Amino acid sequence: MSDLRSLYQEIILEHNKNPRNFRKMPEASRILEGYNPLCGDHYTLYLKIIDDTIADISFEGSGCAISKASASVMTTLLKGKTKTEAEKIFETFHSLVTGELKDVSFETLGKLGAFGGVSEFPARVKCASLAWHTMHNALDAKTDLVSTE
Amino acid sequence: MMTSENVVALNDVALEAWTSMIREQFPILKNRVHDKNLVYLDNAATTQKPESVLDAMDHYYRHLNSNIHRGVHFLSERATEAYEGVREKTRSFLNAASTKEIVFTRGTTESINLVADSFGRAFVKSGDEVLITAMEHHSNIVPWQLLCERTGASLMVAPIDDRGEIIVEEYERLLNGRTRIVGLAHVSNALGTVNPVKHLISLAHRHRIPVLVDGAQAAPHLRINVRDLDCEFYALSAHKMYGPTGFGVLYGKQNVLEAMPPYQGGGDMIRSVTFEKTIFNDLPYKFEAGTPSIAEGIGFGAALDFLTGLDWNAVSTHEHHLLQAATDALSEISGVRIIGNAAEKAGVVSFVMDDVHPHDIGTILDQEGIAVRTGHHCAQPVMLRYGIPATVRASFAIYNTKEEIEALVRGISRVKEVFH
Repeated sequence: MSDLRSLYQEIILEHNKNPRNFRKMPEASRILEGYNPLCGDHYTLYLKIIDDTIADISFEGSGCAISKASASVMTTLLKGKTKTEAEKIFETFHSLVTGELKDVSFETLGKLGAFGGVSEFPARVKCASLAWHTMHNALDAKTDLVSTE
Repeated sequence: MMTSENVVALNDVALEAWTSMIREQFPILKNRVHDKNLVYLDNAATTQKPESVLDAMDHYYRHLNSNIHRGVHFLSERATEAYEGVREKTRSFLNAASTKEIVFTRGTTESINLVADSFGRAFVKSGDEVLITAMEHHSNIVPWQLLCERTGASLMVAPIDDRGEIIVEEYERLLNGRTRIVGLAHVSNALGTVNPVKHLISLAHRHRIPVLVDGAQAAPHLRINVRDLDCEFYALSAHKMYGPTGFGVLYGKQNVLEAMPPYQGGGDMIRSVTFEKTIFNDLPYKFEAGTPSIAEGIGFGAALDFLTGLDWNAVSTHEHHLLQAATDALSEISGVRIIGNAAEKAGVVSFVMDDVHPHDIGTILDQEGIAVRTGHHCAQPVMLRYGIPATVRASFAIYNTKEEIEALVRGISRVKEVFH
């Protein structure tokens, strides 16, 4: 019970049900697909970058609760951030879900903290990271389909 | 049909005793997972192994280990005898005419690749067609796709209906003078459909088209008789029939295998080698290059002994009960939709739930000790056909029980609790 609740925290369930910034963005400056062939998670990420800053970010697609909530939370955290700031948050997120980030209070992590339970479920790390890897590659201006497989 | 005598012999009490006796032979079933009893419902991916298979492989490495078909020494002779004994057991299991028709491979995938490569090189050219069905596993799609790319042939696909059955009229319409070979699943791994393969083979034969049957999912559930089916090829994997991984069979009619060039080159598949010319070995060795998986082959022999020693009346009654119980129980849960409702099914219930992705269901069930498969089951075209990204698949084996299906149903209630 406690294990499952650590994975499926309220924030995750809520963002899964009502994903934020879940829309197409025709005026996006970068559009990238993220696909996990293993479980079929498939999202399109839209970024509008003005002067090195993420002026707008949105996504659409389908997948499991973890991948969708992660994408949703990511969009809320990155809007208005510079590319460097975004990469920094990505690094924190990555070390959090892979269990490399120890002894960090959840308060300093904010909403990211909800993904702290993912590291206990190795099979789900890829779900949580899909949108983030897509974002990372989009900032790198890679234009190919992004896959976390 | 079951006689009244059999019905009496296989009442619930007798079946329960039979299942307990079977379960006793599978040590892994005593495992605990996340502090719960293991409920293993991923048998279409791979089955668990009985003691007899584990013992046979252990015994081989402890007492017989040596290379086969070569040495004149004691161990080599004994190992060769044990390994070749498995070929005869396989022949008998499939009711093939001769052990020359039993080619050992690494599994169904390699068996199909062997045919696509070797048969393809000899008989498929630009403008020809290869016919498969819309319910095939990737392993019965991609080798043919590669063949078509190589040769300029076209891959044709017989459609399935909403229940998950091949539309026979459409299949028949696609058979024509350009069709060089047909590949079809005996039992679908994603939907559980048992295809009317004998009929489908006879339809192909009206056009003199050879047929390869992918039997990976059929072999653990049905009695297979290749001479009755009259198929040219039948492929299967040991690990889906209580045997080890890395071992499989390609049955091929002798005259067809003889007309085909070798698949891989190497030791064992040759009679003599000079730099100018190599004379190939006789069947089936022509298709078996290199040292095979000897221990796995011997383990497969033990799995065949296990299977042939079963009371098949009990097997089919028990598996039918499990499938029926699972189908009934899942149908009653609101928000659950079963994918694949063919009239004849074996061992598989695939389903989706409203608003909950299969991957999340899989994780929650796992926390209850229940192993199911979630995803596209290496059958992405099937998922596309139903407009879904993935399903949850519960697949059964002889050692599963009705209590385990009840555990699955309780697990789905947990899913609903978590996702309210």
